[in-house]
Order: sequence, then structure tokens, then C-alpha cells
Amino acid sequence: MNDFSQLIHSQFLWYALGAGLLVALVSGPLGCFAVWRRMAYFGDTLAHSALLGVTLGFVLHIQPTLAVGASSCVLALLLVYLQRRQHLSVDTLLGILSHSMLALGIVTVSVLDINVDLLSLLLGDLLAVSSQDLLLMAAAAVVIALLLMWLWPRLLAFTLHEELAAVEGVPVEKVRLALMLMLALLIAIAMKVVGVLLITALLIIPAATARRLSHTPEQMAAFAALIGCIAVIMGLTASVLWDTPAGPSIVLAAGLMFLAGQLIHGERS
Amino acid sequence: MEFSLSSTEPLIRAQGLGLELDGRQLLRDISLELQPAEIVTIIGPNGAGKTTLLRLLLGLTRPTSGSVQRRPGLKLGYMPQRLQIDATMPMTVDRFLQLGIEGVKVSDALARVGANQLAGARLADLSGGEMQRVLLARAAARRPQLLVLDEPTQGVDVGGQSEVYQLIAQLREELRCGVLLVSHDLHLVMAATDHVLCINQHICCFGHPEQVSRDPAYLELFGDKVAPYTHQHNHHHDLSGEVVDDCCDHGHKHEHKGNPEP
Repeated sequence: MNDFSQLIHSQFLWYALGAGLLVALVSGPLGCFAVWRRMAYFGDTLAHSALLGVTLGFVLHIQPTLAVGASSCVLALLLVYLQRRQHLSVDTLLGILSHSMLALGIVTVSVLDINVDLLSLLLGDLLAVSSQDLLLMAAAAVVIALLLMWLWPRLLAFTLHEELAAVEGVPVEKVRLALMLMLALLIAIAMKVVGVLLITALLIIPAATARRLSHTPEQMAAFAALIGCIAVIMGLTASVLWDTPAGPSIVLAAGLMFLAGQLIHGERS
Repeated sequence: MEFSLSSTEPLIRAQGLGLELDGRQLLRDISLELQPAEIVTIIGPNGAGKTTLLRLLLGLTRPTSGSVQRRPGLKLGYMPQRLQIDATMPMTVDRFLQLGIEGVKVSDALARVGANQLAGARLADLSGGEMQRVLLARAAARRPQLLVLDEPTQGVDVGGQSEVYQLIAQLREELRCGVLLVSHDLHLVMAATDHVLCINQHICCFGHPEQVSRDPAYLELFGDKVAPYTHQHNHHHDLSGEVVDDCCDHGHKHEHKGNPEP
């Protein structure tokens, strides 16, 4: 009991919870687009490259979240440009980039002998979130949420059929760019929560779980955000109770919810 | 570049359109004008560049030569060849029809294409024919000045195909809009269009269906396939001694006005 009240009063736990919930709230709706538009690989590529952003930030003395945000945005722009050229299959291109960037990130971290815990970059370090981290994450989450609300109908039209949307006057290239930049921002703030290896899971799993429960795109986005939040709470609880790593525990909780959803649905049909 | 075109002028005017991609000439020297309230059908063999031409006219692809002028503020209704909606997106027909269209009445939009029963259906569950109707309903719901349809009968069974063409003719009457469509259904199209544009990378021939179906360039491309149709009409005309306009006694009337030549 004493342990528990100590825990309740420990700041790091509340910071961790706040950070996790912030990320889950925006990764839910964004994850829906990742699922609808089959962008899992794209998210992976951005996330895996975040490690390189960290090293760049270290070399240039920039705050890691800011450095990753900036480098992810640059990479997102580059990917939009490469995709438009469409000479290589997008899957192949992203597959090459994704893993080369991850390898490059790990190699540079070790060559530059940067004083970071590689494991915490790869798998997240939620319990080490500082008040400064939290503020940055909140700012990025607000930007993403506002952009999502503002662009929502256009994002949906663009996702349903790009050319139809273009003919009907949706500025599709700008919308595409906005979606990519939102993802890049999310990756910058999600890295602290689940690490570069698991960000895509946080995007995809809650959205995929929400699919079964929803009749409209908005419902699916809301349920995905909710499921993400529950996963964060469950994962964090497990981490505190059994000393499991927080990031993987959150992803595991989301995965279990997905599985449960499949089983329940399977019984119904 | 956009030029100002008055309301009696064409909806779209293309001059010397060409598209070259990776050293391959996909289209060359296409000039045409689309007039208000007129149905123009693009036909041509596979790989002739029909959809590419649509994309150029819609402004989805930029031509490598020539120019497209659209009437300023031209309102387009577009029906893509297919809508491959990912089954992971929960989207109903009524929601789809409302998305991005101001003040649309779903029941009216669906009634127009005879698909009222589909209002609450999930987009991902629709059959090919149902999807075509919903796409047509959406294109028409915007009350366009020009309706652009890319193979509107794709996925529609043979019985439903002529219905789709009737629907298009009705929409033209109701909305007073021009219609530009790409089609493979030579027999059906010939009866339901004002003008036919036959292309094979370039314009082979253009004109009234009857003119086109006797054009050597057309016969070279489609001669075997449409022989019965052409023969029937030639025969008919030989007997009556009359020309062209007789081709239209298929139960709906066309007013042939103006000069069809490009």
C-alpha cells in the first residue's frame, strides 16, 4: 500500500502516462489513414530513419525530439518526391530505404560513440519522459489534431479516390504532403513512447482493432484513439507492476486487444 | 493556360494535345471541342490512349505538347473507371455522396440513377453494377456542366449496360450537361451518342456515329467486330435512300445541331 501511494505521487509516472495518452490520441486517427491508404511501410521507413535524426541532433546539439521531427519531415518530403516519380515499386523503394536507414542510424550511433542507450531509442523510454519532452509532445499533438480536424473531409475524399478528389477541386498534392508531415511529427513524439521499432505497431494496431467496431470513418478514428489510450494504460500498468519494458508492453496490450476483437467477431459471425 | 470562353463556346477545347512518356508517344496531335449538352464518346482499341486522353482533358496529367482550355469555372462531374475502396474503411453510400458536395440530397441523387435502396449500404459491399450507379450518382449530384465517364459499364452485366446508357442520356436531359465518355461497348454506344471520337494514339475519325461507322479508319480498327451493326445500317440506308439521321430510331431522339466537324 505504501508502495502504491509512493507510485501515485511519483511525477515520472504521470509524465509517462500523459505522454503515452497524447501520442495514442493522435496516432489513432492518423493510424486509420495509415491502414486505409496502406502506408504501414511508409510509417516504418519514417520511423526507422528517426534514429539518424537523433544522431544528427546530437552532432548539431539540437533537442532530440526537435531533431527527429525535422529529419522526419525532410525524409517525408523526399519520399513524396520519390513516390511521384514511380519508377520503382513503392514497396521495394520503402523496403530498401527503411532498413538501410535503420542500419545507418545504428552504425552512426556506435561510430560517433553517442552517449545514448540504443535500446531505449529502439524500444522507447516512456518512464524517462521529462517535463520539457511532455511540453514538446503536447505542442506537436495539438498541431496534428488541428490539422486533422481542418483537413478531415479532404483527407477522406483523397483517400477514397485521389483522381476523383482532384477533379472535384481537392488540392491533392497539398493534402498528401500534410498527411506525410503529420506522420513525421507523430513519429518524432512517438519515438519516446514506443521506440523506432514499434511506432508502426502503435499506428496500425489500434486502427485495425477499431475497424470491426465502426460504421463511419469518424467512429473508427475515435475508437482507434480510445483503444490506443487503453493500451497505454494497460502497458504502463504492466510495466509498473511487473517491471516490463513500457513501450513493448503497450504494443503487446494493443495486440491483445486486436486478438480479442478478432475472436469476439469470429464468434458472432 | 486558361482563356476566357463565353457561354456559347465549348466547355473544353484541346489543341494539338500530345503526351510523351519515357520516349513513348502515347497520344499525338489531338484537337477537339466539347460542346454544352452534347454526348461525345471516345472509342479505340486497347492501349489507344482513351483514359490518357480523359486525364489530359481533366487536367490530371499535363500534356507534353499542345494545350487544354477549360471554360473558366467549369464544373466537372467525374466517374472514374472504378473505385477500389479498401475494405478497411467504413463508408456508407449516403456518406460517400455527401462527402465534399454541398447541400446534396442523398435520396434525390440516388433516385436519379435508380438506386434508392443503396443509401445505407456499405461501399465495400457493393457489386460492380451498384458501384457504377453510385459513382454516377455522385458525379451527377454536383450538377456538373460536363460529365466525364470512364468506361461507365465496367463490371455491369450485359443486361444492365444499355440501362446505363439510357441513364446517361436521361442525365444529359435533366442536367443539360455535356457528356464525355470512354467506352468499349461499340454497339450500345453507337445508338446513344451524338458524336464518336475514334482514337488510336491519334484521332482516327470523328463525327456522327453513322459517319464514323462507315469511316475506313474505323472499319480498319473495328471492322470485324461491328460488321453486323454496320451492315444492318448500310442496308437500311440503301433501301430508304436516306442518310445519317435515320440511325437514331432506337427509341430516343437526338437533335443534331450545328456542324459536327472538328
